[in-house]
Amino acid sequence: MTVSMTKLDRRAFLVGVAAAGGGLSLGFQIPFGATSFGAGTARAADGAPEINAWIVIRPDDSVVIRIARSEMGQGTLTGLAQLVAEELECDWSKVTTEFPTPGQNVARKRVWGNFSTGGSRGIRESNEYVRKGGAAAREMLIQAAANEWKVPVGECSAANSVVTHKPSGKTATYGKLAEAAAKLDPPKEITLKDVKDWKVAGKGLKRLDTRDKLNGKLVYGIDIKLPGMLTAAIRDCPVNGGKVTSFDAAKVTGMRGVKKVVQVGDSAVAVVADSFWNAKTAVAALPIVWDNGPGGKVSSESIGAMLKEGLDADQAYVGNKAGDAKAALAGAAKTVEAVYAYPFQNHATMEPMNATALYTDDKCEVWAPTQNGEAALATVAEASGLPVGKCEVYKMMLGGGFGRRGRSDYIQQAVLIARQIPGTPVKLLWTREEDMTHCSYHPVTQCKLTGGFDAAGNLTALHMRISGQSIAASLAPQLLQNGMDPVTFQGLNPGGPEGAFGYNIPNLLIDHAMRNTHLVAGFWRGVNTNHNAIYVECFMDELAQASGQDPLEFRRKLLKPKHLAVLNAVAEKAGYGKPPQGRYHGIAQIMGFGSYVAACAEVSVDAKGVLKIHRIVAGTDPGTAVNPAQIERQVCGSFVYGLSAMLYGECTVKDGAIEQTNFDSYNVMRIDEMPQVEAVLVPSGGFWGGVGEPTIAVAAPAVLNAIFAATGKRIQTFPLMNHDLKSA
Amino acid sequence: MVSLNVNGKFYEADVDSRTPLLWALRDTIGLTGTKYGCGIAQCGACTVHIDGSASRSCSIPVSSVVGKEITTIEGLAPDGTLTKVQQAWLDNDVPQCGYCQSGMIMAVASLLKDKPKPTDADIDLVISNICRCGTYQQVREAIHAAANA
Repeated sequence: MTVSMTKLDRRAFLVGVAAAGGGLSLGFQIPFGATSFGAGTARAADGAPEINAWIVIRPDDSVVIRIARSEMGQGTLTGLAQLVAEELECDWSKVTTEFPTPGQNVARKRVWGNFSTGGSRGIRESNEYVRKGGAAAREMLIQAAANEWKVPVGECSAANSVVTHKPSGKTATYGKLAEAAAKLDPPKEITLKDVKDWKVAGKGLKRLDTRDKLNGKLVYGIDIKLPGMLTAAIRDCPVNGGKVTSFDAAKVTGMRGVKKVVQVGDSAVAVVADSFWNAKTAVAALPIVWDNGPGGKVSSESIGAMLKEGLDADQAYVGNKAGDAKAALAGAAKTVEAVYAYPFQNHATMEPMNATALYTDDKCEVWAPTQNGEAALATVAEASGLPVGKCEVYKMMLGGGFGRRGRSDYIQQAVLIARQIPGTPVKLLWTREEDMTHCSYHPVTQCKLTGGFDAAGNLTALHMRISGQSIAASLAPQLLQNGMDPVTFQGLNPGGPEGAFGYNIPNLLIDHAMRNTHLVAGFWRGVNTNHNAIYVECFMDELAQASGQDPLEFRRKLLKPKHLAVLNAVAEKAGYGKPPQGRYHGIAQIMGFGSYVAACAEVSVDAKGVLKIHRIVAGTDPGTAVNPAQIERQVCGSFVYGLSAMLYGECTVKDGAIEQTNFDSYNVMRIDEMPQVEAVLVPSGGFWGGVGEPTIAVAAPAVLNAIFAATGKRIQTFPLMNHDLKSA
Repeated sequence: MVSLNVNGKFYEADVDSRTPLLWALRDTIGLTGTKYGCGIAQCGACTVHIDGSASRSCSIPVSSVVGKEITTIEGLAPDGTLTKVQQAWLDNDVPQCGYCQSGMIMAVASLLKDKPKPTDADIDLVISNICRCGTYQQVREAIHAAANA
């Protein structure tokens, strides 16, 4: 099943890449005119005209902005709407949003571009074309007014959903102009506003989607209700790559509410029942014999040994190289070496994986919380055996994503179940236990770092060897370049807009010995920057200590300007070096997802070894800030995610299966451990970086370096709960 | 058949008496605002009020709540209105994905009933709901805002 799933995801990805790639070669021309839909005006379901694919304006002046990316709490819906509204010059209080479906996107030649939502790409990747959509619509509305008034278009202007002809004082609202505007050709030239002139974008506006989250009205994937719907609970082989040998359906078919027992692919069995509780109770009681396959022999210890071998292996993929690190280390006056290790971790979205499918002979519809609507659609087509044109995916609100819902494995299962009960909608819901044990886990890695100083105490060489699992090899083999996974080097790249290594070191070698396990590695909020930042930033502290230098002063000598600027901003706000009595500071920085980030943690550790994280000052330079209030919330939340991982996050393997099954064995942070987080936003302009993920990576190393300052203990394996911080 | 008093209405739920209240609410009565997160009373997403006290409905069999007053997130405020906790959540823009917030709001409403002006220490002691988006800082601010409203 894993093999076929990889194939599915890969195909879907290739569909997306091929289309986007084709567009890129033409300058990615998103058609802005309603005519792109064919003859006549395209209309929303309620009959209101589309000005273009992004914007529908109703006669009552309300504006519907289409959002292609998935909203999973990160606020992209509000930010993207702000960008469209800014250019449209519409009244923000009249803005609502809707999600076009992946099927509509296919039918309209990908007019909304990429639906995939991950890698903190929502705003940074689509800001230009959604702003152009808003600007084009504004120009068409102004033109429609000028046409009606028979005046030069240059004498008309738009603001707050009203077009005004200054010389005559005539005005018309967008609602009155929409029908005429929708019939016009889009402008050929579009000039976007300068960021300094923004009135709606760039402001810390409240989210558009809060109210229904307060009263239980918002319908998440898990909440969907369809007439005649049944519910399925599933058990997939506990060992990835294993199969079902046999199961005894007769043992459970008489149980309360049970309708059917079905095999799902070659590795899972589901019970379909009248309610989730009845389905879950029956599937738990179902005798299943598994063939665990070769993965059944694997343990955390065997994985650890395999990775350890990679630390000194001859063959490795080179991600970043300058000078001759090995020779420089051999000739160094002093060398420092350290080995770190980072475990598998589960995303643990609050809403477990689920999808609802309705299959008939000529149609397959799926309602699912997904971060990748188009990959989900491709999965539905493949699993149903129907052409894409006869499939549809309705994106439901996500109860968290964090990368897990970019994968469509649970959607494939739902379709495979529904195919066996044609005409009946079936909601597949994973138990938390199924979710915990069938994740695409944060990759497991180890890292050996060796630094070399010259006789004057200057850092002249660094070799960083990562050994461990590749996400691309698990989920996106098309990303591999001659076998190398470039995503491994997030935050360690020689340059580029995504995640450049921050330090100028004359002799540098960063390489990766790929060591894959039978478990699936996946994109986990922050992805590879999480462990890469720990390795680099904790080791930089080790190097500073070894050369008798303050960690901040040591970094100041080596960091590139933009990396340093955000670290300096944080150090200043935090009062670095002058913590309150009994508290200690630690710092860290990295560039990830297009943004420069840094943190200063203030901690204390008492005599019993109890850690208290009092305060975090977190800096972000995302280039351009679309909604500072929501960025601040993403930054605060990123520390909960990153610190939960550091404190508790560990999925261990025994007999090939993950041992942690629920929040009792896979703990996460609660409110009592939440430090005061102060977000420092320093957008330096000229680029667009992501904000949902980058600061996660600095959470752990900043705190770990502060723990060292407090205790002299250098934590090199994770999570922290496995260590005793008690003073010796 | 089990008789349940939910949000002031009586329902006859045709479920096994051992069925957790959560699933009777969601699948039988159709009130899906109460969420499933863990099924073992760890995460708090399923928090409802039983006779006014915050309780984790995933681990309470329906048989044990017969004759008791059950309040879910849907019944916290009359339609179209917000309690001061919900209003503070709106004013402070608390939710991100929002999935845990039904349970969070129910837990906080119960806390404020017992302690109208909770300290940070009171909050730390009582509120143990999990939020994976990490809204804890905004939750804390909104609790104080609601207490001072």
